[in-house]
Amino acid sequence: MDHASPLAAEARPPAGRGSLHRFANPGRFLRLSGRVLPWLTGAALLALAIGLPWALLFSPPDWQQGETVRILYVHVPMAWLAMGGYLALAIGSATALVWRHPLADLFCRELSPVGATVTALCLATGSLWGKPMWGTWWVWDARLTSVLVLFFLWLGHAALVRAFDDAERGARMGAILALIGVVNLPVVKFSVDWWNTLHQPASLTRLNAPALHVDILYPLLVCALGFTLAFAAVVLARTRAAVMERRVRALQVAAARRAEMPTGDRMAGSVG
Amino acid sequence: MTGWRALLGRELRLALRHPADTLAAVLFFVLVAALFPFGIGPAPEALARLAPGALLAAALLAALLPLDRLFGADAEDGSLDQLLLSGLPPAAVAAAKAVAHWLTTGLPLLLATPVAAALLNLPAEAWPAAMAALGLAAGFLSLLGTAGAALTLGARRGGVLLPLLVLPLAIPAVIFGAAGIEAAAAGLSARPYLLLLAALLAAAMPLAPLAAGAALRVE
Repeated sequence: MDHASPLAAEARPPAGRGSLHRFANPGRFLRLSGRVLPWLTGAALLALAIGLPWALLFSPPDWQQGETVRILYVHVPMAWLAMGGYLALAIGSATALVWRHPLADLFCRELSPVGATVTALCLATGSLWGKPMWGTWWVWDARLTSVLVLFFLWLGHAALVRAFDDAERGARMGAILALIGVVNLPVVKFSVDWWNTLHQPASLTRLNAPALHVDILYPLLVCALGFTLAFAAVVLARTRAAVMERRVRALQVAAARRAEMPTGDRMAGSVG
Repeated sequence: MTGWRALLGRELRLALRHPADTLAAVLFFVLVAALFPFGIGPAPEALARLAPGALLAAALLAALLPLDRLFGADAEDGSLDQLLLSGLPPAAVAAAKAVAHWLTTGLPLLLATPVAAALLNLPAEAWPAAMAALGLAAGFLSLLGTAGAALTLGARRGGVLLPLLVLPLAIPAVIFGAAGIEAAAAGLSARPYLLLLAALLAAAMPLAPLAAGAALRVE
């Protein structure tokens, strides 16, 4: 049976016909993403192979922070990915809700654990950085609090999507939750500007400080590029795996149904 | 509008016929407030310092209790389907549920605030601010919680998921509410914080029922 079998299509509700749904065809998605994924992975590994040694070994230590500044090269890309990833989740959720795009559902479902991991890494590296610099692992600063809320939103989405027996209902609930959580994004972004008065100021002077020196900025950008490509590669690979998982399940269900059927009905009930 | 009022009346009648649910939430609130003195010792200054945040946290936890069943009972006996078929927009159904939740949980908590405040040794001049802050924060939580209850309706472990979804988003209400009570306890004006809290409530008022309605429509 070739991979354009209608069995896989049978498992999902018929999608509407639109230009967007050109990419809703799981077979086409698998073919396209299968071609892109090795290049994406290669590019990510290459960028990280250049960026990480450059950042962690060859870039100069900061004149004030010393060697601890190297945490920046992991922390900042993770923070960017945590927020950018959430934006992608929101866009995917809106696509899933408006166009009932089945791949967007799978994409969101597979995106949120990766997003939660990245946000956890951002919080963990920030904490490790905070200990030597601020003298404490954690401050209830507006930025930290809003990123923690972002982390809970990621986790909540991942848990909610998987909490329903009906996968489609879970995807829809997750999409609504993701869109509710968008209110937190501007709070994360502008927390350092808005809450100087309410919380202790100057916790994150990094953003108000003069632009980073090129010796730090360039390795940071290469690292950010590498982590972003790696993030995209992981999410793409997970989405591919989810599509194939669904296909396997559809085939198993069809096979079980065929096995249950009496011999006489087999021809009439056959879908292949 | 008459349908909406009838729905609200139904919710309130149902709550009145099971007063134990409301009472349980209020008792929970007072009990949590009473646990703090045992935890941190009965020193009055330490308690007063902790009171604003403890009040807010206890109230939000208490208000979470009935959310679990907000749509659950109606979904089980089929009346939720009837409500959704009644011609009322799903967002209006959700709004009625949120208002009813506030009236049956938020308002009693508000009335119990002086008791909990006394237990926590909050200065009496901060009590009005505490009641205002709790009322507004409970309203915010009612709206958020309605959306959360609609989202987790029919989920496995929905009761555990609901606080996980709702509480992080309620953090701003705790921050502003506690800051307002603290300001009042220090003899300052609680007004700016209460206004920020009211702004949160005003923003959630149209958005949360819409989200809850969108979640309810999936049947």
